Amino acid sequence: MKSNASSAPDAVIEIADVTRRFGSKLALDHVTLTIPRGVVFGLIGANGAGKTTLIKHILGLLKAQSGSVRVFGLDPVADPVGALIRIGYLSEQRDLPVWMRVDELLRYTQAFYPKWDAAYAEQLRGHFGLDPAAKIKNLSRGECAKAGLLIALAHRPELLLLDEPSSGLDPVVRRDILEAIIRTVVDEGRTVLFSSHLLDEIERVSDCLAMMVDGRIVLNGPLDAIKESHHRLTLCFDTVQSQPPALAGALSVSGAGREWTAICNGALIELTGAAVKLGARVVDEGTPSFDDIFVARVRAKSLGQ
Amino acid sequence: MAGFRHRPTANGSSVSSAAEKTEAADKCIIVLIHLNNVREHLITGLSNPLIVQIHISPNDGVPIYLQIVNQVKYLVGSGRLSPSEEIPPIRALAQQLLVNPNTVARAYLELERAGIVTKRHGAGTYVSEAGSPLARRERLKILTQRGDALLAEARHMNIEFSEVIKLLRERDEILTQAKK
Repeated sequence: MKSNASSAPDAVIEIADVTRRFGSKLALDHVTLTIPRGVVFGLIGANGAGKTTLIKHILGLLKAQSGSVRVFGLDPVADPVGALIRIGYLSEQRDLPVWMRVDELLRYTQAFYPKWDAAYAEQLRGHFGLDPAAKIKNLSRGECAKAGLLIALAHRPELLLLDEPSSGLDPVVRRDILEAIIRTVVDEGRTVLFSSHLLDEIERVSDCLAMMVDGRIVLNGPLDAIKESHHRLTLCFDTVQSQPPALAGALSVSGAGREWTAICNGALIELTGAAVKLGARVVDEGTPSFDDIFVARVRAKSLGQ
Repeated sequence: MAGFRHRPTANGSSVSSAAEKTEAADKCIIVLIHLNNVREHLITGLSNPLIVQIHISPNDGVPIYLQIVNQVKYLVGSGRLSPSEEIPPIRALAQQLLVNPNTVARAYLELERAGIVTKRHGAGTYVSEAGSPLARRERLKILTQRGDALLAEARHMNIEFSEVIKLLRERDEILTQAKK
């Protein structure tokens, strides 16, 4: 069944072997990703790693040059309306019509969505403290994000898609966004895909994550499984090492002299065995944070591992 | 099965007397969280608000579900959660802590397996009657972890064990005097 995930009925998003170039730049490099219904899926990666490009393919804003994209089993480029009315989307740019007032924005957006819930929209507007008569252009950055979040949520979408929702926002608004994510999955078992640099946010709310580096997915799976398969080992050598030790399974090694710390991927027994083979003692072992894993993965990729 | 352990609970007087014992300093925080809970309960439609003091610090290496497990154990161990007291429903706690509901579910499952809480079919999750005998063991377990960390640090800093003991004794004297 698992190998046949591309035709799983419970997949909300199915991306199969999608490659995308912008000129000479490879923005997406054979990306395959399946997002099941009812999960919170975190997408992480450095700036320019391809996260927004991937999201634009899901929204049908970009057509796959090769490979295929299916959202609710639909091709979002061929059937944009069928897919988009089931997606709530908050972009990093929050490209709202600035000349409108908040109440006008709600009425305008309502027209696109048959399932718009006016009572819920009003409840959210009150909760977010948005003045209905305020002009969008006069809203603060945080209020703009809330307005964008409101129109993404008020039609109770099956898929909530948030592209860097927290970037540049204060902790209060970030909290509103996390609340919205949790409420979305708690209430009706809907699906959330969100991209972020903030790994603590991802760790808090996600079931699964995918990590992108230079247009490729380098890591993909449940958070627990990812954490359990990574280890931080501190090695101690009897003699000073002039070069970082070449530990099998290490993604990154840092240190100097006799002590070195490695972020590793693999089974602990094998890693410890490899350390002993190098003539080192393991003096400390722990679970790395997602920050550590992320940085190690990005460095490993740039070293061509 | 956990279901056979259902037992009617005495409610009312014991609950309110426990609440009276709450220290004034805690009260301010509890009121804030309470207000937040009331809001959540208006949304989730639950009748009696539940209060649990849990703080999540992501990115410190300890998985979030384990942070919840450890803190509930600690709350039970320190008597801040009493046997047969109800703990929040998974969804309510997920919304309160802003963590994934599956993470809370996993924590509750671990707590149930450890015998700390008991699920009553269709009626929520409660601190087990068996929770209190476990309490001392759990408290010692928590203390053991702290002790290990202290000893490891002392070793790294080349501080002798006897000096650590001396330091602890000194600190204990200072804290005892401060209490008086």
